[in-house]
Amino acid sequence: MKGMTIIVKTVSSWVKVLIFLFGICIILTGHLTPGGGFAGGVILASSYVLLMLAFGREFAEENLPLAAASRLDCAGAIMFAAIAVLGFVWGGSFFFNYLYQIYLPGKALNLVSAGTIPLSNIAIGIKVGASLFLIIVMLSGFCQDYRCKVDFTKTKGEE
Amino acid sequence: MLYAMCFLMFMIGLYCAIVKKNMVKIVIGLAVMEYAVNLFLIMLGYRHGGEAPIVGPADMVDSTGQLTALFIDKCVDPLPQALVLTSIVIGLGSLALMISICIRTYEKYQTFDITEIRRLKG
Amino acid sequence: MEILFYIMIIYMLIAAIIAVETRDLLSSVICLGAIGVGVSLMFLFLKAPDIAITQIVVEVLGLIVLIRATISRDLTFISGDREFFGVVVSVVIVLIIFIAGIEVFRSMPDFGNAVFAEVPNSASNTYIREGVKDTGAANLVASVILDYRGYDTLGEATVLFTSILGAIVILRRKSRKQLEEIDK
Repeated sequence: MKGMTIIVKTVSSWVKVLIFLFGICIILTGHLTPGGGFAGGVILASSYVLLMLAFGREFAEENLPLAAASRLDCAGAIMFAAIAVLGFVWGGSFFFNYLYQIYLPGKALNLVSAGTIPLSNIAIGIKVGASLFLIIVMLSGFCQDYRCKVDFTKTKGEE
Repeated sequence: MLYAMCFLMFMIGLYCAIVKKNMVKIVIGLAVMEYAVNLFLIMLGYRHGGEAPIVGPADMVDSTGQLTALFIDKCVDPLPQALVLTSIVIGLGSLALMISICIRTYEKYQTFDITEIRRLKG
Repeated sequence: MEILFYIMIIYMLIAAIIAVETRDLLSSVICLGAIGVGVSLMFLFLKAPDIAITQIVVEVLGLIVLIRATISRDLTFISGDREFFGVVVSVVIVLIIFIAGIEVFRSMPDFGNAVFAEVPNSASNTYIREGVKDTGAANLVASVILDYRGYDTLGEATVLFTSILGAIVILRRKSRKQLEEIDK
């Protein structure tokens, strides 16, 4: 999939950094302002989609390889499950908010407050962002026309 | 009356998913049904003159987390909003799965018409 | 304020009818985008800013996925619907469900009456009153999905993971036999 003209490439190389930063801001302050893990993760994925549309699919695959993205996906899911199981170990029940009740209580309306809620937001944001990046890159790598022949001798790691 | 119009949108999506022959049109009908259901759930939790469920520094009486009575009287329901947040993201995942099935079927049969795809082997 | 809600819903109904009835697939997808923007604005007017942000960004990515499937293929226009008898039976069933639904809506409370405020010990009242004290989060919706009802969020993360896994397996280029031959 080819990229676009040079004006689009120049402008989008500045704008995608701002979109990525906005996504991180929405994830980190998910317990104070509207937002949270899911919306922030989708914004992170859309900054990579902008990179892929402006520069072409091969450039985006060199930037973040597909194998690394699938490992990030699994790491986010394991982190979320680990936070939940640790709540069972240190408290009484699954998903017990141990950081707020026992170890690190902070005042409300500060950035460091609400215990495990910001950590869960970060885990979900990484997971959703990596998943959606994977699916959109796989969808655009498909043949545009049913008449093209697929080359099976080219290996590309895990696809 | 607003509830009835939202239900009418759900019925339009259901008609599209049952009657049409094109596979992508069926997927579009399912997406319209999802929008209607999410909108209906949020409309259930609204109250007249309500405020968003975000606590600001002016809504807390003291630093132990006690809220003013004015905020408790005017806050909209946060429970349907939590459920709809989950539902929107799941809708995106299932849309991706349906479209990938459509693309694979187009590759094999070269058509999107469901009355010409009769064999379901493997 | 109520007149604004009526205008938005009528706009969404017109866009839904156009999306269903038009023949060109690209026009249908664009009308679906128009419905999504209308739904996001309605969420903002119904005082749900969290949901409005999520809806607009998810709808943008959904449009990209849909356009990928419908553009740049030599599509033949599929004309006509299915056979006549099937269409008539389906429309009759849809009409019966619609009339039954309207009867149900007569017994529901009016729009804007908060039913949860009349029951003093309901779940929503407890979340609003004790939310900041129990969890320390200023965003009550975040405290509901990650602390009070965290198990539902775990289930949703699992569903998203599984559906993306299924979509990637379907879109794979090399089948399993060829991957095993390359390994040997």
